[in-house]
Amino acid sequence: MHMLKIEKKDFSDFLNRLKDSYRLYGPVRKDDIVDFVPIEGVSDIDLSFQNSRLSPKSLFLPQSERMFEYGLDCAGDDAHILKEASKDYSPRAVIGIRPCDAKALELVDANFDTPEFRDPWWVKARETTTLVGLGCTSPCSTCFCTTVGGGPFDDAGLDVLLTEINDAFLARVLTAKGEKLIKDANTFEPAEEELVQKATAIEQEAGGKIVSKVDTSRLAEIDTLALHGADFWEDVQFACINCGICTYLCPTCWCFDIQDETHGRVGCRMRNWDSCMFPLFTLHASGHNPRGQKIQRVRQRFMHKLKYYVDTYKMGVACVGCGRCVQHCPVNIDIRQVCRLMNEYRTEVS
Amino acid sequence: MDNPYLPYPVRIEEITIETEDRNIKSFRVVFLNPEDEERFSYRPGQFAELSVAGTGECPIGIASSPTESGYLLFTVNKAGLVTSQLHNMQEGDVMGVRGPLGNYYPLDEMEGKNVVLIGGGFAFTTLRSTLVYMLAPENRDRFEEISVVYGARDEGMLLYKSELAAWLLRSDIQLHITVDCSDDPFCQYHIGFVPGITEQKITSAENSVAIICGPPIMIKFTQPILEKVGFLPEDIIMSLENRMKCGIGMCGRCNVGADYVCKEGPILTLAKLNTLPKEY
Repeated sequence: MHMLKIEKKDFSDFLNRLKDSYRLYGPVRKDDIVDFVPIEGVSDIDLSFQNSRLSPKSLFLPQSERMFEYGLDCAGDDAHILKEASKDYSPRAVIGIRPCDAKALELVDANFDTPEFRDPWWVKARETTTLVGLGCTSPCSTCFCTTVGGGPFDDAGLDVLLTEINDAFLARVLTAKGEKLIKDANTFEPAEEELVQKATAIEQEAGGKIVSKVDTSRLAEIDTLALHGADFWEDVQFACINCGICTYLCPTCWCFDIQDETHGRVGCRMRNWDSCMFPLFTLHASGHNPRGQKIQRVRQRFMHKLKYYVDTYKMGVACVGCGRCVQHCPVNIDIRQVCRLMNEYRTEVS
Repeated sequence: MDNPYLPYPVRIEEITIETEDRNIKSFRVVFLNPEDEERFSYRPGQFAELSVAGTGECPIGIASSPTESGYLLFTVNKAGLVTSQLHNMQEGDVMGVRGPLGNYYPLDEMEGKNVVLIGGGFAFTTLRSTLVYMLAPENRDRFEEISVVYGARDEGMLLYKSELAAWLLRSDIQLHITVDCSDDPFCQYHIGFVPGITEQKITSAENSVAIICGPPIMIKFTQPILEKVGFLPEDIIMSLENRMKCGIGMCGRCNVGADYVCKEGPILTLAKLNTLPKEY
């Protein structure tokens, strides 16, 4: 691993040079909300943010994405035949992504990049994107990344990890993609040992600031049916209004819908974010709905993140502890509390 | 990289109105590109996403058998957006087929066994695929006795009537067709519900495997009858349905517990289903 550094005053130069070979995305503050959007230069971005409102998952799984195009005019030879919609897959760099959100992309890879099928749009977006992460020196009070396999300076999923130290950033170059980006930018210099030590101290201090914790140790061993039938779901779901904000904000929620949108004689097949919180998500054409009740939908979300994902992929829980759902749930449903109920659940026999 | 969401273009070659109420039609489709047919190599029990540009896709079991080459057959009940649009289409129209998707009936593991097929209503489609496959000359010897119980509301609601008539004449399968009721005093079929006819006709579980495909109410009452005769949960095979979009285990909606009906299913044994939440 390479240890490099860049002075903050040179960051503008860094981004300007990157622009020649990458489309740049970064955290931009608008109306007090930070989101990851295309950027032109350093003046656009705000690296003092705690975390973005929405996770950058939309850069890989857009809220609405064109899949195919078609024409319905019978005169044409290819009427009614779907053609892949063209998209820009030139190299991109995302500057300032938080470690939790980068780890989330790795967790979602397990769904979209499988031995049987590869989702072409997710895979291409992932392959063509270099992630320059920014470690968290001042985590939120709702962050619990350290007990779900991450940390404020965890490098999982990142190509470069930046640590802010006064007027400079220490850069850890983690992958070949990261190497290439640093080489293309040509604005970094080797970091002296003293800086690395300072960084280590900052990183340890940040880890200590994360006081919110969950215990996931028993989730894998508890029987699925027993957990599914647990009586605490009644209490958990009571206040839920099925608004879906948790799934909207969650960096590891990937569920989507497919819809055709036609205008006149042309149209496109779209995929749009969908949510297990909505009754339409599972409604059969016959009218039957296997998750027609709110309790079934609320249970599904937590079972998926904290049990089904754990059992299927053996990569831990499908939660990175970003705390967005905890902060923004209008009725204060707290995944940390639900995780505790699930992890501590004991059937009478066991 | 292959795009698993891209349908193969097909042309509707023949449309058959299957039922008296005209609500179920069979679509015989041929691939526009012959090489797509080779890539679409399927087994009985699998399904495909039927794609109608401008309307969308819906998952439908494949009713043809791999032993019938040159076309695919889909029998479609008019229920939602896409199936209604399909029912408005005509022979010669172009649509799309994406698949084959899901797992299949474990026919290789059923070799040397007696096979019992139990179907109700319009769920007989993948059972037709299975039956045609097993009755093909190259396959018939691989299985012992083949028994079929197939029921519908009345004579007019039975699918594949000309094939049923031909199968009734064969000595190498026991086909028991039943209708819930009939006003025809000379009705040639049994009269009664599928569970009752199953109880009369399927009296041994010896070296046998049963495949059940039908509406939930039929399954609910047939399952205990099979268990009473001695079928083990491992030897009762079901085909599940849930709302689907992607068909490849990615869009997240058709799961039953940790399994996606579109990917780990739709074919699951009762033994497996007993370990899963009843979210189907």
